[in-house]
Amino acid sequence: MAEGSSFAQDLDRLEAIVRRLEAGDLDLDEALSLFEEGVERLRGARTRLAAAEAKVKQVIADKAGSLKIDDLDG
Amino acid sequence: MAHPLDLLAAASTEGAWTVSEVTKRARAVVENGMHPLWVRGELTDFHPAKSGHWYFALRDEHAQLRCAMYAKYTRKFTAPPTEGMQVFALAQPTVYPEKGEFQLTVVELLSSDRDGMRRAAYQKAKANLERDGLLDPARKRPLPPFPRRIAIVTSRDGAVLHDVRVVIARRWPLSQLVLVSAAVQGVEAENELCRALSFLPRIRFVDVVIVGRGGGSQEDLWAFNSERVARAVAAAPVPVISAVGHETDITLCDLVADVRAPTPSAAAEAATPDRAEMFEHLGHLGDRLAQSLRGRAERMHERVARSGDRLASMMQSHLDRSAARLGAQAGRLDALSPLAVLGRGYAIARAEDGHVLSKLAQFPPGLRFRLRVSDGELPVRRADG
Repeated sequence: MAEGSSFAQDLDRLEAIVRRLEAGDLDLDEALSLFEEGVERLRGARTRLAAAEAKVKQVIADKAGSLKIDDLDG
Repeated sequence: MAHPLDLLAAASTEGAWTVSEVTKRARAVVENGMHPLWVRGELTDFHPAKSGHWYFALRDEHAQLRCAMYAKYTRKFTAPPTEGMQVFALAQPTVYPEKGEFQLTVVELLSSDRDGMRRAAYQKAKANLERDGLLDPARKRPLPPFPRRIAIVTSRDGAVLHDVRVVIARRWPLSQLVLVSAAVQGVEAENELCRALSFLPRIRFVDVVIVGRGGGSQEDLWAFNSERVARAVAAAPVPVISAVGHETDITLCDLVADVRAPTPSAAAEAATPDRAEMFEHLGHLGDRLAQSLRGRAERMHERVARSGDRLASMMQSHLDRSAARLGAQAGRLDALSPLAVLGRGYAIARAEDGHVLSKLAQFPPGLRFRLRVSDGELPVRRADG
């Protein structure tokens, strides 16, 4: 779930960077540092996507009504 | 207590059971042996109690069953059933200890008439939901693009959980699936579904919910036509995808959900982006990123090239001007040179040591000296002395 939200952040940022660079109104230093960040974000998103493994949890309510989240076996 | 089939244990007065023990045992045997089922028959001997409970019998030509239906289940009926009506009752067979009677605890009653009670109850509930604006298409929420957690409200053992799990593992394993289990058919389905749905606001990071069960008969789906369940779905804090597998009947749950999916697998697909497509999208973004910098580099290159051209042409004209100036200076230098005068017929006399002889007194008789003319030098001697 952390992977999921980091992925979304990486993707959002990457798309923003690409649009910014394509606008072409940055000076060279800015463009280069954005490009480097873009490459990092792209690598991050790809890694998260490739490494993700499905996890299944279950919600368990105890008698007092409080909820607990556990791994679902099997 | 002895095993109920161990007849020997009860064959003597010492092992005698109390009445309560027998009814308790009988109840356990009946309830374990017969799960909630639909019973068809003629409704007779109807007695509504002040508490809201209904008591009646179901019968056919050969037998009858005593029935009790508690207020929480009768509440939704606008009118009581009529004597002699043919009905379907969803009921848990049990033993009522106080009277020692075998009876049915009824949770749902449908007229066998197609346009009977079931249709009426459905229409009434639908009208209520409509009145409260819960069927308004404008209420439908868009599904999140990247759900962190997907809650699934269904039974733990059903095919729904398995199907959804498989699809999410394939398409978008970044989403965590969280099971909130509830019976999806039988007596407790309505209560359990409402309870499970009520947990949702307390589970963190849930971005979308799938509520569903596999296909089933109209009777199996009754909990998904419950007004209470429909209201619980409408109250969910995040978008709900309804996957009540039934093609012909649209349940109330389907109507209030944000998205209706034909199957649990389709619900899981609707809930998730596709990993393969996302890799492709990332590829495109990578290309655009590279292209943006490449474009920049090319523009820089052009600028440098243009600058270089301008520099070269500047240098060239500078050189040209310099060359012209040099030419002019060289001309002037040439004009200043005494050698140029020799071309016009003058000559220069120099002593042997090289110094210029320009006065008569410097030429004693017999002096040897050198004479420089325009194209060379020659030795000379004053001969008159």
